[in-house]
Amino acid sequence: MSNKEWPLWEVFIRAKQGLNHKHVGSLHAADVQMAIENARDVYTRRMEGVSIWVVESKNLHANEPSQQDELFDPANDKIYRHPTFYILPEELNHM
Amino acid sequence: MEINLEESFQKRIDDEIKIEPRDWMPEKYRKTLLRQISQHAHSEIVGMLPEANWITRAPNLRRKVALLAKVQDEAGHGLYLYSAAETLGMSRDEMLNELHSGKAKYSSIFNYPTLTWADMGAIGWLVDGAAIMNQVPLCRASYGPYARAMVRVCKEESFHQRQGYEIMLTLCQGTPEQKAMAQDALNRWWWPSMMMFGPNDDNSPNSAQSTKWKIKRFSNDELRQKFVDVSLPQAEILGITIPDPDLKWNEARGHYDFGVINWDEFNEVVAGNGPCNKQRLKARVDAWEKGAWVREAAVAYAEKREKRNSNKENSNAA
Repeated sequence: MSNKEWPLWEVFIRAKQGLNHKHVGSLHAADVQMAIENARDVYTRRMEGVSIWVVESKNLHANEPSQQDELFDPANDKIYRHPTFYILPEELNHM
Repeated sequence: MEINLEESFQKRIDDEIKIEPRDWMPEKYRKTLLRQISQHAHSEIVGMLPEANWITRAPNLRRKVALLAKVQDEAGHGLYLYSAAETLGMSRDEMLNELHSGKAKYSSIFNYPTLTWADMGAIGWLVDGAAIMNQVPLCRASYGPYARAMVRVCKEESFHQRQGYEIMLTLCQGTPEQKAMAQDALNRWWWPSMMMFGPNDDNSPNSAQSTKWKIKRFSNDELRQKFVDVSLPQAEILGITIPDPDLKWNEARGHYDFGVINWDEFNEVVAGNGPCNKQRLKARVDAWEKGAWVREAAVAYAEKREKRNSNKENSNAA
């Protein structure tokens, strides 16, 4: 008997037209078609989605959490990227 | 260095910052969660068996589609939870091996038999009711994937309890025989449901650490008391009696007092000597073994198709 485990897939669902796909979890499936069909049964039993993406988990790459601080540090002190940094007169309403 | 890591880990927990799969975590936190989540997943999967027993014998089509949907939800809940547990570094097959070898536990409640249709009502009302009480606080557990899985589970669970209570209500408004069936089911499921919250607090050695790590938000006895307090008025609406002569309102405490749980029975069932332990485990092992050829065939088909596709691409390129 082969003891090969089916590969793991990450599942992303678009809840309705106009929204982006959002990660909902993972599942095992032998191939793409089975992954999509299983994702339908596991993650959209109550009309939670209109579109499904599946990506084999081994193809998903992520930053190293232990180096999170260094990675995001460049954005840390740039408050001038936010609109509230600029001081404008009261009477200018809504800019 | 280790101490600093543990301190900053605890600080994140205290600040209600969720822990995600690739973050540093103490080995014991990982192990505790892995045991709890996989046990929870196994419970969902084994929990399908007592109810599957009645799908083909549901009294009408309305009851049948509802029960089917409920059992299918339980399969889904098992899968959400296995997927959360896998993020802690144990493969799905390893988890299933632990279930099949008897190393991993599942909730003892599923080792009781479902003797009549009324048991479908009592399970939905009491067993799912107790499960909801246990599970709602887990939606805020400190481990992100577990908390997210539990949010999904809890959203779906309330239909389960309502369909069970509706079955009980229908039986209680029926013939005297039907009402007696409902009472009989309550008699058999009440105490096992009370045991679902686990040992008393002074006998639950791992609770303190789990509470500190915010895996656990309420103690076993707090949740059990809550369950008693909400169940009693529900039984009154049905017009049936909870099988506990010591059950009475305690004005001073603002809660119902209740009788002593038979922990010997609980320990026996956990140890594998409940009425259906062997039958349940055998059903899971059989399903796994009899499904082996399907799993293999699916892999062979996927490999063949991939080979064919890559041949096609090569010949197109040439």
